[in-house]
Formats: sequence, structure tokens, C-alpha cells
Amino acid sequence: MRGLPLRQLVDVYRAKFRAEIALQFAYRWALAIWLLGLLLQPIVYLVVWTTVARSQGGTVGGFSARDFAAYFTIFMVVNQLTFTWHYWEFEWRVRQGFFSPLLLRPIHPLHNDLAENVTFKLLTFTVVAPVAVLLLVTFNASLNPSPWQVLAFLPALVFAFALRFLLEWTLALAAFWLTRVTAINQAYYLAVVFLSGQMAPLELLPEAVQVIAAVLPFRWMVAFPVETVLGRLSPMEVAVGLAAQLIWIGLALGLLRFGWRAGVRRYSAVGA
Amino acid sequence: MRSLGLLWLSFRLGALNAIRYRADFMVQLFQSLIGLGIALGGIAVVFSQTDQLGGWRQEELIALIGVFMLVGGLIAVVIRPSMEQLMEGVRLGTLDFTLTKPADAQLLVSVKRVEIWRLVEVVLGAALIVLAMVQLGERVSLERVAAFAVTMLAGMAIVYSFLLILSTLAFWLVRLENILVIFHSMYEAGRWPVGIYPPWLRATLTFVVPVAFAITVPVEALVGRLEPATLVGSLLLAVAFLIASRWFWRLGLRHYTGASA
Repeated sequence: MRGLPLRQLVDVYRAKFRAEIALQFAYRWALAIWLLGLLLQPIVYLVVWTTVARSQGGTVGGFSARDFAAYFTIFMVVNQLTFTWHYWEFEWRVRQGFFSPLLLRPIHPLHNDLAENVTFKLLTFTVVAPVAVLLLVTFNASLNPSPWQVLAFLPALVFAFALRFLLEWTLALAAFWLTRVTAINQAYYLAVVFLSGQMAPLELLPEAVQVIAAVLPFRWMVAFPVETVLGRLSPMEVAVGLAAQLIWIGLALGLLRFGWRAGVRRYSAVGA
Repeated sequence: MRSLGLLWLSFRLGALNAIRYRADFMVQLFQSLIGLGIALGGIAVVFSQTDQLGGWRQEELIALIGVFMLVGGLIAVVIRPSMEQLMEGVRLGTLDFTLTKPADAQLLVSVKRVEIWRLVEVVLGAALIVLAMVQLGERVSLERVAAFAVTMLAGMAIVYSFLLILSTLAFWLVRLENILVIFHSMYEAGRWPVGIYPPWLRATLTFVVPVAFAITVPVEALVGRLEPATLVGSLLLAVAFLIASRWFWRLGLRHYTGASA
């Protein structure tokens, strides 16, 4: 499949963007429900760790209650901006022959999902951002990054999104070989909860787990941008982190190309 | 009796269906073990920094995770898949087939689909509860076990009714597949004793999305810190929920327009 010229690609995205906005507005209830769940999660961990910090006389492993508030709120924002859901849809897509029309178009189906994803993020961010501010204020979070940390946060965030999107899209390709992938997806999701820093800041986990999270892509998908903007990393550590993100993005791109080619060959458009 | 027969039949069908995908059992076992590991890991991480969380000891929290898995497993075996099927049935109109059958429709849709491999989670949860009780080294009196069983049943009834009410909303609103996410994300909050949450969240978890009655209360019964008032309240709420959900289901059914909708 040859790529489209960039100008046409932009047009495709714009059209997809409009369609998706209309679609999401049509299902605004579903959107509201989803947001509710999203916002609850950081509060749970925030409460647990604040309780621990209080019982320990104020701080745990260098985190005060106010640090936890900042950590889990920023984590929620980064997680919301980087997460993808497409791998939950692939089983259905393969079974229903969803790819048949997409394969006829002169554009990689990945663009379809990417446009959908970005639109959804832009739309939901209008709610997530004020809620994040509210949480930061309510729980009196201590968040005062220096300018360079804010500057480094932006590429870290973009790379984290790119990495997570590519890897999860690659994971989704398993649906071409297996008829049921729900269990695999859930296992992956649980790994993300633990290793990306969602349950506790990675610093508080045992050394061995920290190493696993850093060797595998998990830390670079979510925790790293959070740690950066919270000012818990030295400039050197940030530079190394950005490099690790780029290396993983390269690896993920390779895996995705290889997996997609092999997968499409397996695809027999069942049910189409 | 007939209801039990139907339940058993749907379990058998579910089991037969699942046996076709035997590899799923291993994947499910693997996945449940991962979930267990993460839950215990979470507790271990927390208790590496403290020796009690809001007055709960580590072993008590392990028992809590056991109940969390047990209840979560029971929901995942039959309630959630059936409710998902119900909402799909409303959307596609396939609910017609169920409604024409000569049995109570609410019962039929409630046991419509069974995901038998999720029983793994139930077994693991039960094992974890036993293990935690042994570790606590307390003599568990018959009284406590009875209170546990009663609060557990009440909790399940409340959760079932709640999910039925949520799913029944599908009769009015379109594309509600993810409405159960409300419950799912609130249920995650039940991993921890509701007592540690700020008042507004505690109230939500007790009365709006009644996770507290399904998880925290039975564990309290087991470790012997249940107030008699809570026991009575739990039973009353269960009855109220069952009646309310039944009423709401009937109301929803009247809005159902069938396959042509």
C-alpha cells in the first residue's frame, strides 16, 4: 500500500475529524459516563496514598500528601491523553470483516484510528483539563515545575502518546491470528496499571519492578512525562528518557509494519 | 425450582460453549493470577510503607481482596455478560426471541449468557479469603460465617439489581454498551475499605453505586467488626433494590419496540 501525499492526508484527517465530532456529540451520554470512570481512578489511589502518608507522619518515600495529589492528577491527564481503545475493537473488526472496505482505500487503516483517537482526546480534554485543575486546587497539590521541565514535558507527552498508540495497535493485530483476544488485552491492561505508574509512583515500587517497567516500554508510555513535570528527574534523566522513548517508538514502528503485513495476509474477511 | 433449573441449564450451555475454547481457560487462569498478583502487590507496596491503612491490617485487606475477587468473579460469570447481551438485544431487536419464551423474561435475560471460565476468579477469591483468615489466626465462629454469608447474598442482590437498572436504561438511550463502565470503575474503588474515602465518595459507594455492601460489609462481618445495624440495613436495602429493579425492568420493557426499532 503506497502512502498518500501529505496534503491529501491532511484532508482525510480533517474530514474524519468532523465526522468524529458529530458522532461523539450524538453519543454524549456514553461520553459522560466514560469520563466519570476516568476521573474516579486517580481519586482512589490519591486517597489510599494520602491515607498512608498521613499515618506515617506526612511523607512516604519522599512524597507528601500534596505531592501525591499532583502525581495522580497529572497522571490522570497524561493517561487520558495517551490511552487507546482500538485493541479492544479488533476482535470484532476481524470477525465482522471491518477491514475489507478499509483495505480498498489508498490509506493505511491506522490513520482512521489515529484521527478518531486525536479527535476524541481533543473533545474530552475540554472536560479533563478543568477537572484536573479542580483536583489540584481541592487537594492542595504541590506542582511548581521550572520552565525547562514544562518544555521537556511536551515532547515527552507526544512521544508517550506515539509509543503507546503504535504498541497497542500492534498488540491489537493479535486478533488476526486468534479468534478471542479479550483475555490477552486484559492481561496487557493490568500490566499497564501496575508498570506505568498508575497504582503508585514507580519510585515506591520494589527495585526489581522499577527495572522491569523501565526496560519494557511501560514507564515511557505514561509515568515518564508525569515524573518530568513533577520535577522528580534531573536534566540527564530526562534526556535519557526521551532517548528511550524514541528507541521504543522505532522498535514499535518496525513491529507494527511487520505484524500488519503478516496479519493482512491471514485476514480472510470472515462475515463480509 | 424452575428458576433454578433455568439457571443450571444456562450454566451448562455456557460451559459447553466455553469448552470449545479450552485455551481460554489457561488464558483466564493466567489473567486471574496476574490480577491477583497485582492486587496483592498493591497491598504489599502500601504496607511496605505503613502497618495499617485506615485501621485495617494487611491480612484484613487480603481478605477484602478475596471478597473483591469472589464478588467480581460472580458478576463476571453470569451477570455482566447477560446484561451486555440484554443491551445488545434491545439495540438489535433480538430480545424478541427471549420475550416470546414461556418463562419470566427478567430471569431469562439475567442468566442469558454465562462465561464459565470466570469461575476461576471465584475460586481464587474464595481461596484467598480462607488463606487470609488462617493468617489472621482468629477462630472464626459459625456466627461470623453466617453473617458473612447473609451480607454477601444481600450484597450480590444489590449489585445485581443495580446492574439490571443500569442495563434497563438501554430501552430509552442508544449506544449504552459502556454504561456498565460506571459500575466497573466504581467497583475498582471497592478494592480498598470504603472507610478511607472522603465522605462524599463514601456515600456514593454506599448508596449510589452500592459497592460497599458487596465488598466492605461482608469482610467486616468476617473479621468481626460488623455493626448489627449494618446487617439489618444491608438486608433492607437488598429487598428495596430487588423490588425497585423489578419495577424499573417492567417499565423499560413497556418502552421496547421490537426488532423493527
